[in-house]
Amino acid sequence: MSNVYGVVLAGGIGSRMGNVEKPKQFLELGGKPIIIHTIEKFVIHPGVDEVLVLSPKAWVSYTQDIIRKFIPDTKRIQVLAGGATRNETIMNAVRYIEEKGALDDETIIVTHDSVRPFLTHRILEENIQAARRYGACDTVIPATDTIVESRDSAQITNIPNRKFMYQGQTPQSFRAKQLKLLYEELDGEEKEILTDACKIMVLKGVHVHLVRGEVSNIKITYPYDITVAKALLGMDLEEK
Amino acid sequence: MLNTIYQLVRPRQFEVAFEDIALDKEHILVRPTHLSICNADQRYYQGKRSEDILRQKLPMALIHEGIGKVVYDPTGEFQVGERVVLIPNTPCGEDSVIGENYLRSSKFRGSSMNGLMQEYVQTVGDRMVRVPEGLNDLVAAFTEMVTVCYGAVSRFGRTAHARREAIGVWGDGNMGYITALLLKYRFPESKVYVFGVTESKLSDFSFADGTYLVSAIPKELKIDHAFECVGGNAAGQVINQIIDLIQPEGTIGILGVSEDPVPINTRMILEKGLRVIGTSRSGREEFLGVLQLYTQQPRVPEYLEKLIGGAIRINEIKDMEAAFEMDIHKIMGKTILIWD
Repeated sequence: MSNVYGVVLAGGIGSRMGNVEKPKQFLELGGKPIIIHTIEKFVIHPGVDEVLVLSPKAWVSYTQDIIRKFIPDTKRIQVLAGGATRNETIMNAVRYIEEKGALDDETIIVTHDSVRPFLTHRILEENIQAARRYGACDTVIPATDTIVESRDSAQITNIPNRKFMYQGQTPQSFRAKQLKLLYEELDGEEKEILTDACKIMVLKGVHVHLVRGEVSNIKITYPYDITVAKALLGMDLEEK
Repeated sequence: MLNTIYQLVRPRQFEVAFEDIALDKEHILVRPTHLSICNADQRYYQGKRSEDILRQKLPMALIHEGIGKVVYDPTGEFQVGERVVLIPNTPCGEDSVIGENYLRSSKFRGSSMNGLMQEYVQTVGDRMVRVPEGLNDLVAAFTEMVTVCYGAVSRFGRTAHARREAIGVWGDGNMGYITALLLKYRFPESKVYVFGVTESKLSDFSFADGTYLVSAIPKELKIDHAFECVGGNAAGQVINQIIDLIQPEGTIGILGVSEDPVPINTRMILEKGLRVIGTSRSGREEFLGVLQLYTQQPRVPEYLEKLIGGAIRINEIKDMEAAFEMDIHKIMGKTILIWD
């Protein structure tokens, strides 16, 4: 029975991306939608048994169409509708696994932003291993900028020691059953506040292991990021 | 899919680059696992090639010796997880007479196309060969170098005259070691003598019938055929010493690479009626031959294990630089990168 699921989170509608008609994961990078690059990384990884792509409800068919267009073997890819929040979207993936009778204590989900196409084999591999060993992990890179905390957006309340600060990336990987149980324990308000699945784990006292990310594992959120992504690909920046 | 490529951008500096790979129905993806540094890689890394060549070829991913695991094969020829040796020569045409590694149109990894320092290598079934079960990963990693020596020994077998009582190998480095070893297994009736400059290195050639310092070759020693495995600035001196020592109508195999043209005693080549055969790179045939030899003669890979100079785990770019720097300072042996 398969027990490692890649969960590609494409639930967002890209409200931060500016004047573009499509959600940001469908923008093209090097002739292919960004989300396709991301899905491909999961599809070819021998440690991943099935890839679940969570798409905004209105974009499910579109997502299925582009997957068929760009990926020759789609047997192990399943497109599902996302939820209202990030965690609800993850829960939709877990429910799918449960409904097909495959959810057990060993089931691992590797959740990843669809707009991080520069994911590497090593990061994926280390996520799977860390989730198996520790139950949960988060992919991070050491913070390069000093982090400044302000509670009122007017003055500094704290400057934490940078040595202990990391920037969170994805994947975040979990034992799916444990995540589901912990999520179900949350009340409505907690569910609203806890937008990060790793945070749920940390607050519930679960050890969340760190996996080293890469500076290049960028999230394509703003138009500026597309320019950076094109530069990483060695593309002509004028090219559409 | 966005594949990560670790390119040498200028001498001693690697940088990360990305390239799109289209998943299609013909190409296989291999995840490199064990890579081996060759002197050719070092010449790029240390900037020992001419400025023109460096400008023309860089940025480029180095390394052409290595093995990996199949991660994706839409053709069904290989199983996911199978260990394979990658063949760096990539022919762009066929010729019924000229070997694939001598066609001027062929491409070569780490020279005219990106080498194996990549997250995934996209290739076709014809450019990979299964690693026999039980073969040490670190030995399998430098199979390509062995195939070059194997090719030289095979060409020698096809062309040299039949008197093969004594064969000399000049060079006490890796290439000399491999060539002498292969000669010993291929022509067990012949005496194989090794000539070098470092006594301690020569003492590693335990399988040879004799080893000599080039400054102290006994006068009575007769050599029917010879191999030059030195290259570089010393190549001329070595080839001329061979020409002086070799019996008439002998064959000289040249394997050492020199950056500059080498003056050699052509008058004596004519007078003795010598044959000079160059060998460079290798093709699929040599890979199949070497891997079969490893299975049939398990002592060959056992002897080759002695060439493993160091194995370094590579997690990030600074590990790559450390491995290349360490390789520069080694006395002998191959540096293997364990590619994480």
